[in-house]
Amino acid sequence: MNITRSLLAGAALALGLAGTAAAESHGGPVKAGFIYVGPVGDGGWTYEHDQARLKLEEHFGDAVETIYQESVPEGADAERAITQMALSGADIIFTTSFGFMDATVAVAEKFPDIKFEHATGYKMADNLAVYSARFYEGRAVQGLIAGHMTESNIVGYIASFPVPEVIRGINSAYLHAKEVNPDVQFKIIWAYTWFDPAKEADAAKALIEQGADVILQHTDSTAPQAAAQAAGNVITFGQASDMYEYAPTPRVSSIIDNWAPYYIERVQAVMDGTWESSNTWDGIGPGMVGIGEITDAVPADVKAEAEALRDAIAAGDYHPFTGPINKQDGSAWLAEGEIADDATLAAMDFFVEGITAEIPN
Amino acid sequence: MSLIRLEKRPAPSALLSAATPVLAVIATMIAGGVMFWALGANPFEAIRTIFWDPLFDPTFGAYSRPQLLVKAGPLILIATGLALGFRAGIWNIGAEGQYIMGAIVGAGVGLALYPTETRWLFPLMVAAGAIGGWAWAMIPAFLKTRFGTNEILVSLMLVYVAENILASVSSGLLRNPEGHGFPGSRNLARDFPAASNPELIAGTGMHWGVVAAFAAVIFAYVLMTRHRMGFAIRLAGEAPRAARFAGVNPARLVLFSLGTAGAFAGAAGFFEVSGPAGQISIDFNSGYGFTAIIVAFLGRLHPVGILLAGLLMALTYIGGELAQLMLTMPAAAIQLFQGMLLFFLLAMDVFANYRLRFGTPEVA
Repeated sequence: MNITRSLLAGAALALGLAGTAAAESHGGPVKAGFIYVGPVGDGGWTYEHDQARLKLEEHFGDAVETIYQESVPEGADAERAITQMALSGADIIFTTSFGFMDATVAVAEKFPDIKFEHATGYKMADNLAVYSARFYEGRAVQGLIAGHMTESNIVGYIASFPVPEVIRGINSAYLHAKEVNPDVQFKIIWAYTWFDPAKEADAAKALIEQGADVILQHTDSTAPQAAAQAAGNVITFGQASDMYEYAPTPRVSSIIDNWAPYYIERVQAVMDGTWESSNTWDGIGPGMVGIGEITDAVPADVKAEAEALRDAIAAGDYHPFTGPINKQDGSAWLAEGEIADDATLAAMDFFVEGITAEIPN
Repeated sequence: MSLIRLEKRPAPSALLSAATPVLAVIATMIAGGVMFWALGANPFEAIRTIFWDPLFDPTFGAYSRPQLLVKAGPLILIATGLALGFRAGIWNIGAEGQYIMGAIVGAGVGLALYPTETRWLFPLMVAAGAIGGWAWAMIPAFLKTRFGTNEILVSLMLVYVAENILASVSSGLLRNPEGHGFPGSRNLARDFPAASNPELIAGTGMHWGVVAAFAAVIFAYVLMTRHRMGFAIRLAGEAPRAARFAGVNPARLVLFSLGTAGAFAGAAGFFEVSGPAGQISIDFNSGYGFTAIIVAFLGRLHPVGILLAGLLMALTYIGGELAQLMLTMPAAAIQLFQGMLLFFLLAMDVFANYRLRFGTPEVA
């Protein structure tokens, strides 16, 4: 570690001043830091961020050094974890959960020369960029498969928190399930966690008991896959990670988060001195959202239909939120052929018509 | 007949009682060091990172020293209140819930008056926070005094109720109307100066919650040594029968100790939400209410001991974070390390109360 720089950082902080020496000035490898909300072995959300970190190391070799801290709580402790990472000499820090937003903003103010990247948030600054993936595109493909595959016409959905990202996912999956199966019903359980294998397993079991034979999850562990496997005749989809160890059934496909290209691009920008704050929201097309292999448990025609949908979304020929779509209360949202704008999608706090469950509060 | 057995001491050894926390820390360092070694880390470096670097590392020290107070403040405040009940044999396990409710009520009062700038708002919110925690603790207190229910179960179960209320208000009642639909309240610390609990002197970590924690320690010390209520608490804990003869009213004791602990925990929750955490959010609570139980016992249920134990616990947290960051230690290893501390403390306690005897007992 560069001692001069560390001392400068310490001194600047002690004086209540901001910042460290400019990132480009020290000549050594670029140091990229990652703040994770879960353990790197969660098999889902954090696992994929960590896989991307490893690919970053692989890509740049000695030109990059990475550090990370796992299982950082999304409360008062986050700000300290990010600050300590900044003090340790990181040039760019990725904070990979929505709950780190205000903490990231606060630390970014104190360290104007360090670049910050916050996943799934909306607050930006000159040295704070935001990035997220259009997971709802993958949800459309899942919904289509779910609608075809369900025999009980009950699709169970393990939701995490009632945030726009989760609500978008439910809406997108529902719309595309309904399109191929007008009788489909969604049962939703709010787990109020992103990662808690015990709670997720309980939720999956409860949904299966209520007749669900397809389980979609917006939580990160493989516990629902295991519960479905134990129950038999229930299909699932990998979430965040491929979860291929449960293929060909119960896991019939998956949504894979692929952060590596973005991380490589952003670290490259730091190296080149061209990094700028930006708002990135990429989907299947640019490869940030991947659709895991659809297994043979899905009939060939359904598989072909799902892949066609995937390709149409990737090519930009089709948007999963294309009207006519009404809101849950029956009021009109999108007219025939109208496409939802990003601002509405980013703040989505309503279900679409046909979903009978309610958003908590 | 076993060759080694435990024999109860007539009275706990005073020397060992005082020494057990130190012995427990040493034993934790040794067992923890072995664990870190097994994980492939240099045990000496790991122990140094946890216990030394937060205080003296040139890179982190200036930042993490004040953070010790930030982390220790709520632990000390909550543990001081809990210890009053524990001394009397009244087991409030639900401080986490009282902490949550204090934060919700305190922040709720402030948010209802947003964006006022009056100076009395903050004291009003402190009072509301304390009342929120007090009221939540009154539920097990009332049920115990009225119906004889077990306060351990009721207070613990109410933690889960409080967590659900927290989730509900985060995404409903107290949600930031400018928050783009995301759960979480307005940020009191950043966007609402009249309701914020900032650092009182820059770079010290000292905020009103830390001041309150120190005041609580003094209050508890005076109460336990100089006041009739303190005498009643000690008597009820050490000799319940004698306490009844001495005219100690058990119901009053339950209401007092649960109420005080609840008010302290509620105030701690409010100071946290208006300062370090900044906002009511679904994951606002981070286990202070449970960790404070460890702190109370590590501090021998004595106010000054709790002060030291709170600082030590904060050190293991912050040092643990540094070990995670600098030595890529898994988070679970750090939690295990903290768990060892309580385990060894309880194990060492056995030796303060029992004597190790070798050979078979003499026949009477």
